[in-house]
Amino acid sequence: MGIMDILNAAPTNVSRRGFLAGAGSLVLATSLPVRPARGQEASDAPAVQAFMELRADGTVLLKSPWIEGGQGVYTAMAQIVGEELDLSPEHFEVEIAPPGGPFGINGGFRITGGSASTRSSYTLMRRLGASARAMLIEAASAQLGIPAADLTTEPGVVVAPDGTRLGYGELASAAMDLPVPTDVPLRDPETFRYIKAPTPRIDVRAKSTGQASYAIDVTVDDMLLAAIRHAPRLGLAPDAVTNLSEIEAMRGVHSVHMLDGAVAVVANKFWQAQKALAAADITWTEGQAKWPMPADFSSARFRDTLAKASGEVTPVESNGDAASALDSAETVIEATYDAPFVVHGQLEPPSATARMNDDGTLDLWLPNQAPEQFVGRAAEVAGIDGSQVRLHSQILGGFFGRHFLYETANPFPQAIKLAQATGRPVKLIWSREEDFLRDAPRPLGLARFRAAVGPDGPTALNVEVVGEGPTGRWYNAPAGRDPSATEGISGKPYAIANTQIGQLYLQNPAVIGYWRSVGHSMHDFMYEGFLDEIAQAAGLDPFEMRLKMLENSPRHHTLLQRVGDLSGGWQPGPYAVDGVQRARGVAMASPFGSEAATIAEVSLDLGTVKVHNIWTAIDPGQIVNPAVIEAQVQSATALGVSQTLVEELVYENGEPTARNFDMYPILRPDQMPDVHVEIVESGAEMGGVGEPGLPTVGPAIVNAVAQLTGRRVRSLPLSKHDFG
Amino acid sequence: MELTVNGQTHTVDVDEDTPLLWVIREELGLTGTKYGCGIAQCGACTVLVDGVATRSCVTPASVVAGQDIKTIETVEETDVGKRVVEAWVENQVPQCGYCQSGQVLAATALLSETAQPSDEDIEYAMTNLCRCGTYNKIRAAVRQASEA
Repeated sequence: MGIMDILNAAPTNVSRRGFLAGAGSLVLATSLPVRPARGQEASDAPAVQAFMELRADGTVLLKSPWIEGGQGVYTAMAQIVGEELDLSPEHFEVEIAPPGGPFGINGGFRITGGSASTRSSYTLMRRLGASARAMLIEAASAQLGIPAADLTTEPGVVVAPDGTRLGYGELASAAMDLPVPTDVPLRDPETFRYIKAPTPRIDVRAKSTGQASYAIDVTVDDMLLAAIRHAPRLGLAPDAVTNLSEIEAMRGVHSVHMLDGAVAVVANKFWQAQKALAAADITWTEGQAKWPMPADFSSARFRDTLAKASGEVTPVESNGDAASALDSAETVIEATYDAPFVVHGQLEPPSATARMNDDGTLDLWLPNQAPEQFVGRAAEVAGIDGSQVRLHSQILGGFFGRHFLYETANPFPQAIKLAQATGRPVKLIWSREEDFLRDAPRPLGLARFRAAVGPDGPTALNVEVVGEGPTGRWYNAPAGRDPSATEGISGKPYAIANTQIGQLYLQNPAVIGYWRSVGHSMHDFMYEGFLDEIAQAAGLDPFEMRLKMLENSPRHHTLLQRVGDLSGGWQPGPYAVDGVQRARGVAMASPFGSEAATIAEVSLDLGTVKVHNIWTAIDPGQIVNPAVIEAQVQSATALGVSQTLVEELVYENGEPTARNFDMYPILRPDQMPDVHVEIVESGAEMGGVGEPGLPTVGPAIVNAVAQLTGRRVRSLPLSKHDFG
Repeated sequence: MELTVNGQTHTVDVDEDTPLLWVIREELGLTGTKYGCGIAQCGACTVLVDGVATRSCVTPASVVAGQDIKTIETVEETDVGKRVVEAWVENQVPQCGYCQSGQVLAATALLSETAQPSDEDIEYAMTNLCRCGTYNKIRAAVRQASEA
């Protein structure tokens, strides 16, 4: 079970998606709202005292179940609670809630991911705010001797009929001692002041002045610093450091450690550790790993293996009779699409600080998207009980899926081992090179398409998606029921009379992970690219053909028209701007409960693709902060352009050939298009906003390139194709 | 060696080849300057050396001994720096924020040198990477700070 898929699919009743054996042990993030705080009567009252501290100065400390990593979730939480509490978001301080208690879930399935944070906790946060406001009114009532029903609030103040005003700060302590009321009515959305407003994010000044502190900045008394070098290929183990005594004698070096598949140097300072490690002569031998990388693994060969794979195709979606329709069709087109491994490339390198305490407990400071799961693993590694682990989650210097619990991609198990071995707190930092080596990349993916094409577009579509999704890897989702393996090819809104979509499972030798928008990050590129091929084969305009295929889906039809309007009216081109030919492409996606439509404008510059403009219309159903949505679409667009233009992690001989941003470029400022965003609030159920801006970007660009050059790109990134 | 950082002279006992980045972070305890790649690709480690944006991860500390080194912690002590920070806040530039110390200092160096930069000037000076893709906002903020 992938949390993303669960939350994405059914935020209020995820258990029906439970494809795991023993799904009864899984409690979902959405059960969080009704778990009472310790000491509270078992009721459905929200755990106000656990989540909120009302302070004497009238400000609120709010514990967010979700970690902040740039997506603006702390601000969103402050807006939502503030709306019902009647307190402006600027008076909130937000920090991450600790693991467990009312914040955590049995089995640890609280995750910050799947673009699910706000939508899955929206009602809880509103109820928290509303209940706290009722408690403040109750406290004022007792103090003033006036019935609660006669009191009202203005932002931060309880107001009596006679004009008496009591600030929330004065009432805080009395209010927090009161029982939490249930069934407090929520505000009429028509009267929202903070929700739906472009509220400034509360952490922007600290992040503009170097004051924001991340895991890599953590300092603990008496700590040592550690650097690590992993075996170049997963599955190898360190045999020896042949110049060990020389390394141990280097300045600042405390000790050298042979770990599972790695060698670590612990020193007084990180640079000393790093320098000593660089000087270490390490020999490697075959060792143990859960997923050892074959010594001859090559990503290029793996792509060919996927392309040729045969075997059982597990159905994912079907309607009509695609096989018969394809057999009897006059015009059938087929194509194979692929997308490469890509790294997360979050700018903060992974780190973890571990301290074993005299009483046997463990303190851990680290980046994570799943606190309860990290506690569980940490306890296992340290050989202690989960209750003895204190996890201090730090804000994330970018994540994009990097900080889930992955078998070999997280530094904290090593930090724990080093803290145990040295008897001192240890902060372990992975260099960028080690991050590239042990990241859990987005899997290389491939799909084989066949379509029967009639005069109005496709009459039948058959797609075989070959490979493995991260939800299969990490949550045992079987083929056919692993959305991460097919989403973006499955779940499309277009009306096609006969459709057959299936997954041909083939294990990926790499340790694969979740990457922003997960399966959508590549599958929508494949599907929407092939859809343009169908339009071309039918002699239809790709925009008009999509509109026609969406005639019975008003939400999508509207969205496509809106992005056309946003771009100044659909015009595929080519046309000249300043003497250079440009063209446009269009694509749509339905990721994480939201809908997106994008038009891209491209030209060629010395044989490489230049993206000038991206217009995206996004419909998240209902919104909390339009400024955050706009920022998230900008950000998702940048990652989408980046992976489309330049990103590809290549493996040869079982090792990635790139170990840093020199050999693995990511989007530069001069490659960034102007991004134009329109938010369409359809009123549908609230969807996500962190990921949905990404999936449409690649296919819109690739479709624009085909329009401009006549060349259909079916394999990313564009940088490996010469358009000169 | 002696290093002048944010107007204060510090005596630090480190190997000559220790990168300025790690002296700033580990010897002086100023963590606003970030480690991103270690090979001068990303610019998260940008500091000002005699006013010039400099990637401290590949700059040996010994090379800049005696020069005027400024880190993000004191950026608001100059009018230009203050304007840049205000423009960053007003344009809501940062997302994860990790690269933004470097971005703010790169912009401060640019505007200190060229008060009214052209688009080309901005493109030439603002080369730091941002994985959150805040590039449109960065450009808008640099523009705004230059017009203030």
